[in-house]
Parts: sequence; structure tokens; C-alpha cells
Amino acid sequence: MNNGIHHYCRISNGQVILDDKVLFTNEEKNFDGFIKSVYKHFEIDYPKFYKMDPLCKLSIVIASILLDNSEGAIEDDMALLLSNKSSCIDVDLKHQSTIEDKDDYYPSPANFVYTLPNIALGEISIKYKLRSENSFFIFEDFNPEFMVDYANSLIHLNKASSVLCAWVEVNKDNYNAFVYKVSPNGKTEHSKEHLKTLIE
Amino acid sequence: MDQDFSNISVYATSGNCLSPAGSNVSENLVAIDKGNLAIEKHSNSDLSESPFYGAIISETVIEKEFSKLNYEGPFSKLEKMILIVLNGIVTKYSHVFSKRCGIIFSTTKGNIDALDNAEIENYYLHNTASKISKAMDIKTQPIVLSNACVSGIMAVSVAKRLIQTDKYDHIVVVGADLFSKFVFSGFQSFQAVSPKPCKPYSKNRDGITLGEAAAAMFVTKDKSLLTSNSYKITGESSINDANHISGPSRTGEGLFQSVQKAIKEAGVKPKDIDMISSHGTATNYNDEMEAQAFSRADLAQTPLFSLKGFFGHTLGAAGLLETVISLASADENKIPPSFGFDEMGVTLPLNISAQTQSKSIHTVLKTASGFGGSNTAVIFQKFNTNE
Amino acid sequence: MGELKTELKNKIITSLNLEDISVEDINDNDNLFGEGLGLDSIDALELIVMLDKDYGIKLTDPKEGKKIFESIETMAKFIEENRTK
Repeated sequence: MNNGIHHYCRISNGQVILDDKVLFTNEEKNFDGFIKSVYKHFEIDYPKFYKMDPLCKLSIVIASILLDNSEGAIEDDMALLLSNKSSCIDVDLKHQSTIEDKDDYYPSPANFVYTLPNIALGEISIKYKLRSENSFFIFEDFNPEFMVDYANSLIHLNKASSVLCAWVEVNKDNYNAFVYKVSPNGKTEHSKEHLKTLIE
Repeated sequence: MDQDFSNISVYATSGNCLSPAGSNVSENLVAIDKGNLAIEKHSNSDLSESPFYGAIISETVIEKEFSKLNYEGPFSKLEKMILIVLNGIVTKYSHVFSKRCGIIFSTTKGNIDALDNAEIENYYLHNTASKISKAMDIKTQPIVLSNACVSGIMAVSVAKRLIQTDKYDHIVVVGADLFSKFVFSGFQSFQAVSPKPCKPYSKNRDGITLGEAAAAMFVTKDKSLLTSNSYKITGESSINDANHISGPSRTGEGLFQSVQKAIKEAGVKPKDIDMISSHGTATNYNDEMEAQAFSRADLAQTPLFSLKGFFGHTLGAAGLLETVISLASADENKIPPSFGFDEMGVTLPLNISAQTQSKSIHTVLKTASGFGGSNTAVIFQKFNTNE
Repeated sequence: MGELKTELKNKIITSLNLEDISVEDINDNDNLFGEGLGLDSIDALELIVMLDKDYGIKLTDPKEGKKIFESIETMAKFIEENRTK
């Protein structure tokens, strides 16, 4: 009953890497410009992308690259397990800026709706029609031990037949994302030690 | 590795809560009996230009309760609330705070008021969690769960799962959120705030009332640690609607599936459920969505109540606060009233508990739903400590 | 009125982040919601904020928006009649 990793994808330092292969590079320092170039390059074609906050943009793009490049159908009950450090800080600061000035007090519903980190789970679930288990956790750093334990518990307790695990961190122009799928059919070792080598 | 993990029984015990209605469970139960709502009218220009209804804990109460404890600060209002509700658990269980005892902190926005004062370090939820767990002398890395309005009850199911797969023996679960200008202004921009205390499931409902609270529970597999007020967590599930990021599903699909899966895991039938502690926010769409889901799940006859009309919507604390209060009521074999309910306002039948009712309670279903399409259902069954 | 309509089209494109759509793509009588431009309930709330912020019109009942935001034509007409700034 050991679970293994299928494919994995990383977005960091201006690069998109899928299973050790660099698929795209862009030196653009501005996060918004960078993530838009990734979105265009991989022809994700999901206009709602433009309405999203930075966390949802990063999450939907990395999940799409991984899932669209994986063979076979996506399990209906694939669970989503997302984590990061900064929650949805950019859109939080944006919303905060609209309520600080009493004379220019116009909080935006379109911003406010993104001021919860788990909205990223909702966006992925909608795009891939996943009526499945999903949860968003916060740690100071990517926590491979927790990811392994919780993903295994979802599978072993029959809550899901596979799990999409991710670290999706974005804070202004600093971003770092790592996603992988794990299931009993995965071929690559799913352990704390191995995950550490993949995200190094 | 071929172990059947689902055979490990997990229990919830020693619940506690802090709200404007009381600083512990019994004070809150007395206030519910007397109908002294946690929701009140407030005039506070830091939070809103005009007077509004909300459930806000006074600083005086927090200072008084916190001064009874022995922690070296500084701590924020939210952190003090958390340490206050956790004190009973620390006193009773600190001897098992080993490498096998975890802590889960559920919240939507944590110290969100830190943004008003440009204290950005306090914004980070892992910092809040570390501060709390250090103060309590918990030995493991804290886990923060931030999953909108289902966070509090989802934290209980996450704790159960991690214990069942043998990662921990015990997990302290704590949930807390503040009444903040940040969230209040957002719900105002959604035109979703009621001008009166909210009225879940009523024909006259017109939106939510926000509140703040902290709640805690000790989740364990060790029967020897259980007190008389203990419940076995027998089924749980959290299924996303995959429909809209803020609007609840019209068919209640995610909640329906969550309830069904929880019932199946618990090995019970819908008629075995003695009461439902529902989400009931008093927005048009949420309450209607729940009516759809409960009706589809064959639970239209089961006594149901929302505690939002009493406590307001306490966000990441709500699921846990409402669980703690519901289980404490179940202990007294009472179904709490669904405050604010008068005329039926959803299109499918529900058995809403308008008044406190006495009934022998064994099995309780707690549900919650939230932004991002999230839903959680958990079934608790009374555990006799002589078993 | 023509100027107001162009102004509204520009505002809708920027404030609702309608990438790849230009002023020329929106006809005065196109449906803004559902089929037409495909706006949703959050966009409707955002338009309510825009009415308040830019034209000094407060809508307290989101249901009122349904008729007003039918098309650029209906929006412009409503703003002309009710604007306070």
C-alpha cells in the first residue's frame, strides 16, 4: 500500500520545470508579467485567470501544467492539498488599502472574494470539475513530512484515490511553487527525503 | 503497511469556548438558556462609520481572563483569546504533550488587525501558531488550517485522520478569528450584512452578522484521557462544490456528498442522527443550499439549528465553537434553539428547532460550508467512558 | 451619451479585468451577463461599487442591478438620470 509520485512541476526563479526538464524560461522580475507569460506559453486558455489574485494565478497555472501534461484521466476523487507561508497576502494588502482612507472607502467585492487562501482550491476544483476533498495549510516552509503524512492518510482512509499536493507561495515578486501528484500507482518514491531533493 | 487504519477510534473531549456571551462552555450555555445573545449593537468608528450588529468580546473581559494565566507576552488580542480557551486543555493534558501530540490552529484571517497597525510579522499565521504552541510547550510543529468558514470543523476531521494513520496519539484543536474591519468591510461590499441580528432560515432573513470567538477541543485515541463529556468521531468528509468561488451550489451537491460520506463512514442511517448543528449563515443562497442538501440526504425531519443567530458568524472559529456548544448541549440531552428563526424561509421542509427541546441525544451531525466551494460534515457519537 | 458609453466600456474592461476584449468588441445592446460578455455575480457587485464611486449612485438592493446592468445602453441611461457626480 505504498504511494508514489507521478509527475511533478516547479515554478521558481523565472523557470518552469516538469520532471527535471526546463520547459520555459522568462527573466521578467514582475510576478504578474511573469505568470502571464507562463499562462500564454502553455496556452492554458482560461480567461478567468485575469480576474484572479496572485495566489490563484500561480496555483491554477502550475496545476494546469501538471495535469494537462499527465497521461490518463484525472480521478474524480483526486484530493487537493495546498500549502504556503504567506496565505493570500497580496490581495489582503490590496483590500486593506481600499479601507484605510475614510474619504476614499470603496472595498472591492472582486478583491475581497480572493482574500482567503483556499479560494485557490475552489478555482482548481472548478476548472477540473473536482468534487473532492480539499484543504489549505500554512507552514513557514514547505513541509514534506506533513505532505507525506496527510496525503497518505487521505488515500489510506479511502477519502481519495490520488492527491495533488502543492506548495504555492507568492509574496509580491517573490514566488516559489512546487506541485506533484501522488497515488498508489505512482512510480517515484514518496518520502520526506525524496521530496526535499526535488524542491532543493 | 496493509493496516486497516479506519479501525482506530478517535474521540473528542474537553471542549471549551470564549465568546461575548461567556468565557467558558457553561457560561455560554447559560446565556443560550436565557437568550442573552452574543450579538449586540455596537458603535465603533474604527470598525464602521455607522452603528452595526456584531458579536465582539470586550477587551476588559479578555484582560481579566488572561491575567489569571501565567504567560509572558506580548500577545495580541487573538492570541490571548486562544490561550484563554486552551488553558483547560493545558492544565489537564500537558503531561501528554510529547512528540506524539500535535496542534492544529484553524483560522481564516488570524491577526488580520495587524495590517491596521502595519505589523506585518503578526499577519503570518505560522508566527501566530508558533507563539501559541511555544507558550503551551507543545513539542511538535503547529499545523495551520485556513479553509474559509469550514476551517474549525475541518480541523477536527484532519486531527482524526492524522491520529488514525498513527502519526499522532493526540491533537489539540483550536480555532479563532476576530471581528475585523477587514472582513466586515468585505461583507458590506457584498451587500451581505444584515442590519439586524441575523435570522437563519427565516423568511425575513437578510444576511449575516459577524462575530468573534475562540474554541478548543482535545482529540485523542487514548480512552483513559476521556472525561464524561466525550464523543467518538465516527464519520467525516469535506467535498468541494466545484461550482463557484463565493456562491453556494444551487443543488447543495458538495454538502450533500459530504453528509452522505460521513454517514456511510459512521455506519449509521439518516434516522439515527438526533440533531444537526448546521451552518445557517442567514444569506439567501446559503440557507437554501442547505435545505436542498439536507432534503436530498433524507434529513428533512431531523431537528436542526444554526447557532449563528446567537454567536454571529465567527468564521474560522465557527465550526469548532458550534461543535463544542452542540456537544455540551447533547450532554444535557437538549437541542438548542435556532435563534432568529420565525417563519420558514427556505423552499424545502426542514425541522428547525425554534425552542430548546429535551431529547435523548446520542448522535450529532455538524456541518459547515464556505467560500471556495468548501463543505464539511462530521458525525459525533456519545461515548460512555465505562465502555 | 456616446461619450459616457465609451467611458463605461473602458471602465468595465479595466475594473473587471476583461483581458483580450476591446471597446470595439462591446456593442451598446449586448448582454453584459450570461451569454454576452459572461459577467457573473461578483462582477455585478463590482459594478455596484463603480456606480457609487464614480457616479455617486448608491444601490442598496443587489436585485436592482439586474435591469440596470443589462447592457451598456441601459447602464448609460440609468447613470444619466441618477448621477450625483
